[in-house]
Amino acid sequence: MTRADHRSRTEPGPPSSPPVPGRAGRTGRAPAPRTARGRTSLLGRVAPPVLVVLLLLVVWQGAVTALDVRPQVLPSPLRVLEQGWAFRAVLWANTLPTLQVTAVGFAVSLAVGWVLAVGVDFSPWLRRALVPLLVASQTLPIIAVAPLMIIWFGFGLLPKVLVIALVTFFPIAVGLIEGFARADPEAANLLRSMGGGRWAEFRYVRLPGALPSFFTALRIAITYAVTGAIFAEYVGARAGLGIYMAQQKNSFRTDLVLAAVAVTALVSVALFGLTYLVERVVAPWIKGARR
Amino acid sequence: MKITVAGVEVAFGDLPVLDGVSFDVATGEFVSVLGPSGCGKSTLFGVLAGLVAPDHGRVLVDGAPAGRETFGYMPQKDLLFPWRTVLDNTTLGLEVGGMRRREARERARELFAPFGLAGFERSRPAELSGGMRQRAALLRTVVQDREVLLLDEPFGALDSLTRTAMQEWLEEVRGRFGWTVLLITHDVREAVFLSDRVLVLSSRPAHVAREVRIDLPRPREVGVLTDPAFVAAEAELLDTLRGGTRL
Ligand SMILES: Nc1ncnc2c1ncn2[C@@H]1O[C@H](COP(=O)(O)OP(=O)(O)O)[C@@H](O)[C@H]1O
Ligand SMILES: [Mg+2]
Repeated sequence: MTRADHRSRTEPGPPSSPPVPGRAGRTGRAPAPRTARGRTSLLGRVAPPVLVVLLLLVVWQGAVTALDVRPQVLPSPLRVLEQGWAFRAVLWANTLPTLQVTAVGFAVSLAVGWVLAVGVDFSPWLRRALVPLLVASQTLPIIAVAPLMIIWFGFGLLPKVLVIALVTFFPIAVGLIEGFARADPEAANLLRSMGGGRWAEFRYVRLPGALPSFFTALRIAITYAVTGAIFAEYVGARAGLGIYMAQQKNSFRTDLVLAAVAVTALVSVALFGLTYLVERVVAPWIKGARR
Repeated sequence: MKITVAGVEVAFGDLPVLDGVSFDVATGEFVSVLGPSGCGKSTLFGVLAGLVAPDHGRVLVDGAPAGRETFGYMPQKDLLFPWRTVLDNTTLGLEVGGMRRREARERARELFAPFGLAGFERSRPAELSGGMRQRAALLRTVVQDREVLLLDEPFGALDSLTRTAMQEWLEEVRGRFGWTVLLITHDVREAVFLSDRVLVLSSRPAHVAREVRIDLPRPREVGVLTDPAFVAAEAELLDTLRGGTRL
């Protein structure tokens, strides 16, 4: 047996050779490649889609010019940009209500999603009662429900908030429910051996363990939220990108419809990016754990 | 203080796992539990830790029924949480027990140096090597200050060189802190090296098939491996385990 010889090389024998508080050389997994990938990733991830979009825009511009398409049918990207800029004040005035409706609707959706998911996690009875209903709620044809909401609740905030909540609470609730369930049962045993009950298990294991899955769900839901808001406004509203698109379509201003579409896309991407920021603040450990 | 395990029986549905397990452990003793895999070793620890209710039999501390707070349980998996720093992983038991976070951190921090983790308080578990993870998990158990430590195959997942280093380290710190330890292992040499007594469980449903006392002086070092008493105990245990299916 040659273990005495190998000892210092494999494991720092703690009592005899206290470890130096320097990390890189002695950690279990070398973090170097991960960080390297992380650094190139921002540019590496943003550049390709931007290039593809630019390429498509160039093709579009060329085709519209070459075929001499009427702008009422299909305006060129440059015209959309130009008209969008000319009408920027109106566009902005309609973006704000959409953002507001999205924020309120999404907040309601988050609250509902969390309450349902936590309830389901604590009560097997609620799980049996609610999970099928959650699924059923997603089969409601929103295209038929949204106009009814207008009939019932008018043109104010409420019907739009309800439409957004209806289309977004599901991914949030399901993401959380599945996230909670991913907890290791052995961790529950560990907590019990420490004297903890169901609440301690939830607080120390199930809740933090569900966060990766929650943030994934959040990203899906936030994109639904914007489209949900636009759709609800399209059906009927006093202001907002949705109703603006409907109005411009009716006056054959295809260029302004597309300008509003572009603004919608920008808003969605920005909100999507925001979820990463929130994740970084709330659960910075996810970044390392996920990759 | 004396722990008495008396006639413990456990069945999961139709599957009898423990069939009248009885033994004692006295304060300061180091007792290992050897047995074929799947024979019920972890289940036995579950009973001691109050996680599995036995169908028959009792666990007593000085003659009175044992509560959960007697045992500090270190499960087979290290279960270090990625969302907590290493320091906050080690304070988990204290926090669950209601101690304020500041105080819990102070108590755990004192053990980082003897556990070879100094400088890693704010690291994430993923940054630790296998041996360090096990020491962090052991620290989390020890800092709860329970009377008896239940260590379920703490070194089972380590490579053999790391494992030997960890065994020597455990022998050293245990002597220093005077812990009472019950250790599950499938490594005969580890059991002999660390223990005052080794219990061999039969195959499932398990009972204590044999008990071997290891009369070697402490503190033990690598040299003891070639001691005739060590070799004899090792041979006896191996023999018992090999005959396990016939027991
Ligand atoms: N909670 C449980 N429910 C049903 N069967 C279990 C449970 N825990 C363990 N077992 C079974 O009991 C037997 C003993 O398991 P365990 O105590 O983990 O064995 P060991 O630790 O000795 O390898 C195994 O056959 C295992 O499948
Ligand atoms: Mg086991």
